[in-house]
Amino acid sequence: MEQRDKSGVFQRLRQGLSKTQRLLVGGVDGLLRSGRGVDEELWEELEEVLIAADVGVLVTQSLIEGLRQETKRGGITGAQEILPLLRQKVLEILKPHEVPLSLDTAVEYPFVMMVIGVNGAGKTTTIGKLAHRFTSQGKKVMVAASDTFRAAAIEQLEIWSQRAGAHLIRHRNGADPSAVAFDALKAAIARRCHLLFIDTAGRLHTKENLIEELKKVTRVIAKESPSAPHEVLLILDATTGQNAIVQARTFNQALGVTGIALTKLDGTAKGGIVVAVAQELGIPLRFIGVGEGIDDLQEFSADAFVEALFNQTT
Amino acid sequence: MFENLTERLNQVFKKLKDRGKLTEKEVRESLREVRLVLLEADVNYKVVKDFIKEVEERAAGQEVMESLTPAQQVIKIVHEELIKLMGGEEDNSLRLAGPPPISIMLVGLQGSGKTTTAGKMAGYLRESKRSPYLVPADPYRPAAIEQLRKLGEILGIDCYAPEPGDDPVQTVGKARREAEAQGLDTVILDTAGRLHIDEELMGELREIKKLVNPQEILLVADAMTGQDAVNVAKGFNDSLGITGVVLTKMDGDARGGAALSIKAVTQRPIKFVGIGEKLDAWEGFHPDRMASRILGMGDVLSLIEKAQAAFDERQVETLERKLKRDEFTLEDFRDQLCQIRKMGPLEDLLGMIPGLGKLKGAKAFRPDERQLVYLEAIINSMTKEERRNHQIINGSRRLRIAKGSGTKVQDVNRLLKQFAMTKKMIKQLGKKGAKGISPNMFPF
Ligand SMILES: Nc1nc2c(ncn2[C@@H]2O[C@H](COP(=O)(O)OP(=O)(O)OP(=O)(O)O)[C@@H](O)[C@H]2O)c(=O)[nH]1
Ligand SMILES: [Mg+2]
Repeated sequence: MEQRDKSGVFQRLRQGLSKTQRLLVGGVDGLLRSGRGVDEELWEELEEVLIAADVGVLVTQSLIEGLRQETKRGGITGAQEILPLLRQKVLEILKPHEVPLSLDTAVEYPFVMMVIGVNGAGKTTTIGKLAHRFTSQGKKVMVAASDTFRAAAIEQLEIWSQRAGAHLIRHRNGADPSAVAFDALKAAIARRCHLLFIDTAGRLHTKENLIEELKKVTRVIAKESPSAPHEVLLILDATTGQNAIVQARTFNQALGVTGIALTKLDGTAKGGIVVAVAQELGIPLRFIGVGEGIDDLQEFSADAFVEALFNQTT
Repeated sequence: MFENLTERLNQVFKKLKDRGKLTEKEVRESLREVRLVLLEADVNYKVVKDFIKEVEERAAGQEVMESLTPAQQVIKIVHEELIKLMGGEEDNSLRLAGPPPISIMLVGLQGSGKTTTAGKMAGYLRESKRSPYLVPADPYRPAAIEQLRKLGEILGIDCYAPEPGDDPVQTVGKARREAEAQGLDTVILDTAGRLHIDEELMGELREIKKLVNPQEILLVADAMTGQDAVNVAKGFNDSLGITGVVLTKMDGDARGGAALSIKAVTQRPIKFVGIGEKLDAWEGFHPDRMASRILGMGDVLSLIEKAQAAFDERQVETLERKLKRDEFTLEDFRDQLCQIRKMGPLEDLLGMIPGLGKLKGAKAFRPDERQLVYLEAIINSMTKEERRNHQIINGSRRLRIAKGSGTKVQDVNRLLKQFAMTKKMIKQLGKKGAKGISPNMFPF
């Protein structure tokens, strides 16, 4: 009996999934351009598209509610008119937070960026890509191996800094992360580097002592360069669900996050959580990661992001 | 953001009259709330849909148990179904039988925690009297091999050193021969993180599988994963046929709906969860705990169970009779205290006491655990007669009771006042009909 119950659910799920895939392949466009009317089923499907992209229940509901209102007001009857409106709404949320990184916020060199995030989000890789980006522009870049905790984290960063042509300051395993950052900052000043990236160990936002450790890094480097860090970049993994909002909220409260990079957008995850993050916290969205290669980093573009959010085939 | 599910369902059931059965409409309405909770927990929307349908069928027409409110009854059903879906009592131990060396293959997305898991698994296997061999099959990510080697060093467990230039398939082949030569019985393959849509790299995994025919192919997935979990799970499972799942980073505060999504898509058991960065920070998977976590209810659900267990039906009946006849004594009061203390954390418990959430000022009644002990001590210092008839407890008796229980007269006074208040409240609630009364309804 129990067995049958179970397979019933799974059976339906399987069929459902293939339907989802059709939906994904056909894209929302297919869903809305078929000249169908605006009915409850359509709203539900639209809701599902947003939920499936990790936009989250609250934002989805408010978006759909807004659309319903507008549909009523404007007397819209065709489904094909809905999609542009929905895109527009999401774009309106994101656009103001599409703010590229500017080095001008540092009054003196080096521009110091501390990179933080939960375990495995893509901090070290993103630093490699960023370092490369700036060395390619002829800038002198230093990286600090402040992840002294995870096995081979230093070696990983070392390889990236070589690839990017950046300098590296490292201590031994288990060293104080803020001491590494401090030394790196002094070295960066001495060597007249334009930028310093501080790679920190991955940590869950729930671990207070580890958050304190990050605060200490900021305190210590501010002693040497009072306006530093000029950017606290939070790395969010696009595969993450609603927890990303809590991550952003907590890290922001503790450290004042000044920018977000969304990694792993080359997979099938849509990264819709940044919509909620942008709406709630208004943190500038700086970059997206689209692969493991050194060039797989792009500036965040709200238009492109919204395009990809609704174009389910990419 | 959201109040907890209990409160939300209590809202739904506010309109519910005292009726013994869950009607279809009530079930549908409350499941709408459950749906939102599951989506918030990152359960895939498709999985949620099917799940709700299933529960709806089961819940409609069900009797509400004596000891539960309708909201709790719904939660109980939802909880049970979640547990069932996530494996229930199924066997989720590692499959280690077979001629050595057997292979365990860890696969998954980038950054999901494979390497750390490999280390934890090696330590665990050694404890289970196996001789593990760590094999880094990730030549792509910078210093990935070095990372595993270091974990091996920390653990004092052998780690294969790949020859430069070898591809992962060659590495795995050679490592297995090496394990054989050294008489090691369990090879742990730490493969590179990859996207499930990367055809080339998925092909590589299939080749490794063909080569060593692993006893276990475990999908290592991050507990924080969102809706994409179904795509990832389906991708890896369709391509490789996984045998189980390891859920990592469970020490965070993610609700972990991905567990349900992955389980639903693959039907493979979740075998372990990672609960920290340290190499011993992992444990077996418990479907019941996961179900509570996904519902965002923590221990409350086990409290429901405990409440059920603590009040057997006969007790309920006698108590109800006593309440109706206004025969509720200090003795009964004490029994209730005892039972409640047996049930665990008071704060959680109070939250789920039927009706209490709705009573104005109920929060003010909440004493801490220590106070409960005092209350019990006070009642214990009374004579039988006093317990049966609180009216006779005059000033000198109060003094004696206070002395006997090591408390102050004011404490005794307060207790008697609380008791009187409770009685009054019971009377009021009782007027609404016997169904409105439940033995665990007392305001302390
Ligand atoms: N596909 C894809 N993989 C990425 C991306 N960014 C990083 N990764 C991979 O994700 C994994 C983890 O990346 P890391 O840079 O080591 O992440 P981290 O945040 O530094 O990890 P810890 O320091 O261990 O917390 C690696 O395998 C990276 O190659 C991306 O944009 N796309
Ligand atoms: Mg790192």
